[in-house]
Amino acid sequence: MDKIQKALSDTGKKAFVPYIMAGDGGLRCLKDRLLYLQECGADAIEIGIPFSDPVADGPTIQKAGIRALKEGTTLKKVLEDLKEYKHEITIPLILMTYLNPLVAYGFYNFAENAKLAGIAGCIIPDLPIEEEEIILPALDKANISLIRLVTLTTPAERIKEIGERASGFIYAVTVTGITGTRNNFNKDLAEFLKTVKSMSPVPVLAGFGVSNAEQVEEVCKYCDGVIVGSKIVDLFDQGELDEINRLVKTADAVSI
Amino acid sequence: MKTSTYNMPDQTGHFGQYGGRFVPETLMQAVLELEKEYSRALEDAEFHVELQKLMKDYVGRETPLYLAENLTQHAGGAKIHLKREDLNHTGAHKINNTVGQALLAVRMGKRKIVAETGAGQHGVATATVCALMNLDCVIFMGKEDIRRQQLNVFRMELLGAKVVSVDAGSGTLKDAVNEALRYWVTNVRDTHYILGSVMGPHPFPKMVRDFQSVIGKETKKQFIEKEGKLPDALVACIGGGSNSIGLFYPFIEDESVEIYGVEAAGLGLTTEKHAASLSKGKPGVLHGAMMYLLQDEDGQIQEAHSISAGLDYPGIGPEHSYLHDINRIKYEAVTDEEALEAFQLLSKLEGIIPALESAHAIAYAVKLAAKMSKDENIVVCLSGRGDKDVQTIKDKLGGEE
Repeated sequence: MDKIQKALSDTGKKAFVPYIMAGDGGLRCLKDRLLYLQECGADAIEIGIPFSDPVADGPTIQKAGIRALKEGTTLKKVLEDLKEYKHEITIPLILMTYLNPLVAYGFYNFAENAKLAGIAGCIIPDLPIEEEEIILPALDKANISLIRLVTLTTPAERIKEIGERASGFIYAVTVTGITGTRNNFNKDLAEFLKTVKSMSPVPVLAGFGVSNAEQVEEVCKYCDGVIVGSKIVDLFDQGELDEINRLVKTADAVSI
Repeated sequence: MKTSTYNMPDQTGHFGQYGGRFVPETLMQAVLELEKEYSRALEDAEFHVELQKLMKDYVGRETPLYLAENLTQHAGGAKIHLKREDLNHTGAHKINNTVGQALLAVRMGKRKIVAETGAGQHGVATATVCALMNLDCVIFMGKEDIRRQQLNVFRMELLGAKVVSVDAGSGTLKDAVNEALRYWVTNVRDTHYILGSVMGPHPFPKMVRDFQSVIGKETKKQFIEKEGKLPDALVACIGGGSNSIGLFYPFIEDESVEIYGVEAAGLGLTTEKHAASLSKGKPGVLHGAMMYLLQDEDGQIQEAHSISAGLDYPGIGPEHSYLHDINRIKYEAVTDEEALEAFQLLSKLEGIIPALESAHAIAYAVKLAAKMSKDENIVVCLSGRGDKDVQTIKDKLGGEE
């Protein structure tokens, strides 16, 4: 069982994993934000790396990425920054990055430095299982889990295959679309999450479009926890720290 | 490397290290389904009959292979022949691909189409086949491109398409592809993405190449009929690379034929304002494929620049990336200024107004011909006509004429 899986299993509650964009508000904000989320009770944190062409992201995260790039944020700088205070963070840190910044870094060089920065896992939204061999040996060597995604368009047979390869947790995408807040979920969502859950040896966390307490509660009925991105990014941008605290704690209230 | 038995891509859609399927999981099912349907269609005689019929009666193929004697005389060397893709219905090579893909969409039961466009030629070609086959059509186009290609925007709207302006980034082709991909991710269940160039995830680079290779097949047959031999050199412009691969592909194994791809050098390769992905870029992943990309050292994609909207893209298709690495094709670059000169030259000497994209190929062919002997032959792909560019040219030349 890897570090992420351990942190998300047997906690006696549903997991809440917030996403933040590294370098949004300047890289100097990153440490404070990570420590704050940890204090609020986040079970792990997803750290987004800004990319010029984020095709899986909606307007909120696109804009946060542009802000971060304007601040001069790079993957290298983020990892250097994390190295300074990684001992203060006890929950797993997971990088969410498109593939090209990793190609430019060099896969082995990246994995080694990510390990030194205390990174436990990677989510790469433009890397389906067909192509993952390109980076897997480097991640394996550094003991970094590759978090795989399944979506509403993934057929059962493929969900099974992804489940067999899974490490850390499985990221179940709750909408057919890009990241961003939504008012309603697809009626097939419950069925989908149940299917993924039944085929996964690791925890299943749902994300994309989850933005409020009711949605957290609804989604958590069928899986092990949630990932909330755009809403957290928005709240940090507006300085609504209390609201973040409340949102992170919503998962605690869901009965198991 | 020997290319006498060229057989790319491999089973998984890779051209050496290039290509592949680097797309969000939500799209994988659609991409796999497309690959299957395309393979089935290739085995289906009826599909070929239908495609041939449309290519002949609707698109107007075959297009002429024209010996440009005045241009040849001007260049003072090898004979320059023009493959007249500008004479296709809608005025460019783009329709060779959209007809094929629209037929596939109908076979897959997808009645909604999304596409990106740069110069607007692919958008017009897509809107056209959607009108013909009664399909809903949404086209994403960069804000800057909408400004410089007004006429094509109006044509698309006349044809019944919805044109959506993309403000992000530099408001050009790259940003339009991002937005078209996001739209596809959201509407993938009932929508087919008619990608306009030899890029994107497998099977697009192979499929678009196959549909476009009608250009090279016709050229080979026509040239042999006229001259009894193969041409000595081929020249075509490259943005994503579809007209060029269409001309080049049937000649890849003919090692006596020198092949030249012409990228847009914009304001010059020593400036930051160009679109020369092969000359100045390095391999990376964008829009579903590993390919050469203009990018900074941290892997952020840089904005391309070219006077021609169709070449204004920071990447080059995976197969070109591969053919570059194995040295089968030579890649050269031509500046905005040289392209503008060639645009006027071809208009005045031959009475043919080329697209600004194709003018890049003309500019290089004139330079190349001058270095070759008079008994040698060059075929240039005249990928599109220049009606759409007349306003840009008028603004550029301003008081000069």
